[in-house]
Amino acid sequence: MAERLSPPARFTPVSSDDLRIAEVPFLTQINLRVDPKSRAAADIGLALGAPLPTDPGTCTSAQADVLWMGPDEWLVVGERGDDPEGTIRAAAGTAHVGITDVSAQRTVISVDGPRSRDLLAHGCALDLHPRVFGPGRCAQTMLARALVVLAATGEEGFRVFVRSSFAGYLADWLLDAAGEYLRKGTVTSR
Amino acid sequence: MLLIPCPWCGPRDEAEFHYGGQAHVAYPENPAALSDEEWARYLFFRDNPEGRFAERWNHTAGCRRWFNAVRNTATNEIEAREVIA
Repeated sequence: MAERLSPPARFTPVSSDDLRIAEVPFLTQINLRVDPKSRAAADIGLALGAPLPTDPGTCTSAQADVLWMGPDEWLVVGERGDDPEGTIRAAAGTAHVGITDVSAQRTVISVDGPRSRDLLAHGCALDLHPRVFGPGRCAQTMLARALVVLAATGEEGFRVFVRSSFAGYLADWLLDAAGEYLRKGTVTSR
Repeated sequence: MLLIPCPWCGPRDEAEFHYGGQAHVAYPENPAALSDEEWARYLFFRDNPEGRFAERWNHTAGCRRWFNAVRNTATNEIEAREVIA
């Protein structure tokens, strides 16, 4: 089998006391379209371990991360090799549900550390204050003019979902913008 | 830049949106019966008021949903908005 390369494969993870940036490649991502009031939506939530989040800009995390994408649309994110699609299909049965594997659409860059909010704020117009955008929040927006899905995974950690063709550009931009936060104790690893 | 309140995502930059023109332009009930001029009026003629104007927006960089908003074209204040089902 041919070696599988992620789009920003030439991107080198960096970390310092203040900031850690690394790619999280090849996560399993499923786009889910279903009427939130339907029986199928409840069944899928049950199978995934948490009800589908219906508040705009929120995500839940149980067997897989479920990110709100729209009033009837979610992005289900599993670890590499997980099969959330099988779980969803089994729960949905023959109901009117749209399930699409979009794993190749986006790759994920994780931004972590006390200065992660400062770094993202360089190129994102959203209010990223922890009171507004704390753990459990997600948003589709623009980061440095690239379309991204931002998800707050912890108090200081974010996942940036970016389209594969923009990933190299965004990785370059993040590294450039992170310059001032990486001076202290920077470790670069391959 | 305008700060446009998406009914789903909240206030976002204008750059995240696509403009959809005047809202509530009804499709003719019987298009075949229209004269060329009436058809052209339906296709190309839109209001251009100074003041309140109902228009369509799509939040292309966010939830990708269409909604209607009433914008004051003189002050750019957005006074009302509604979800399109």
